[in-house]
Amino acid sequence: MPKVKIPTPLRQYTSGNSEVEVGGGTAGDALGNLVEEHPDLKQHLYTGDGKLRSFVNVYKGDEDIRYLDGQDTEVSQDDELSIIPSIAGGRCK
Amino acid sequence: MPLKIGAGDVGHIHDHAKETYPEECAGALVGMDTGEMKVVVDVWRAENTHEDERSRRFLIEPLKIKEFEERAQERDMDVLGFYHSHPDHPAEPSEYDREHAWPYYSYVIASVGADNVEDMRSWVLKDDRSGYDEEPIVG
Repeated sequence: MPKVKIPTPLRQYTSGNSEVEVGGGTAGDALGNLVEEHPDLKQHLYTGDGKLRSFVNVYKGDEDIRYLDGQDTEVSQDDELSIIPSIAGGRCK
Repeated sequence: MPLKIGAGDVGHIHDHAKETYPEECAGALVGMDTGEMKVVVDVWRAENTHEDERSRRFLIEPLKIKEFEERAQERDMDVLGFYHSHPDHPAEPSEYDREHAWPYYSYVIASVGADNVEDMRSWVLKDDRSGYDEEPIVG
């Protein structure tokens, strides 16, 4: 099964694991299964209307899935997906 | 959980905030989580790569975060959080900060004016993302 690498701030929701094996033939399926297994991850990865948050980046190997086929990016048994934060902020709207 | 930062690293953050004023600066806090305290051992500067409005916005790109995580792991450390500055604005997180925040990470904010860093405080996102808890900064 493909592996998903979990960044430090989210490991508290995966029992401390830095890698989780999940089923799924696409990045979207794999992430969906990840969230189903670890429901506390959901609010940190997705907005209220079910879109991946803008500062949540998912890489297949070294490539951002946004530049592949997004959630439809195919993943195989040996692929590794990584959830990588971008850090943003600022003083006011 | 208290955040322990030595005077030298506090000085590095203040210097960075003053150098980039009136734009926001940003960087990583690296060290160990003892379970009772986050102990900062080093602070690493990052370039603020936000496309515009850098006086009130900052961005650290994901590949930079990946590099920080890998560099920290090579040294048996973790990325504990990030610092950024609020030029001419209090050291409190904004709504924009909250929307973009990750759990667990410490967010150190330095309020900086033209001459001095006025204040520095540390914040952690609440689990339900509804707001922040302030963490004490200890020396």
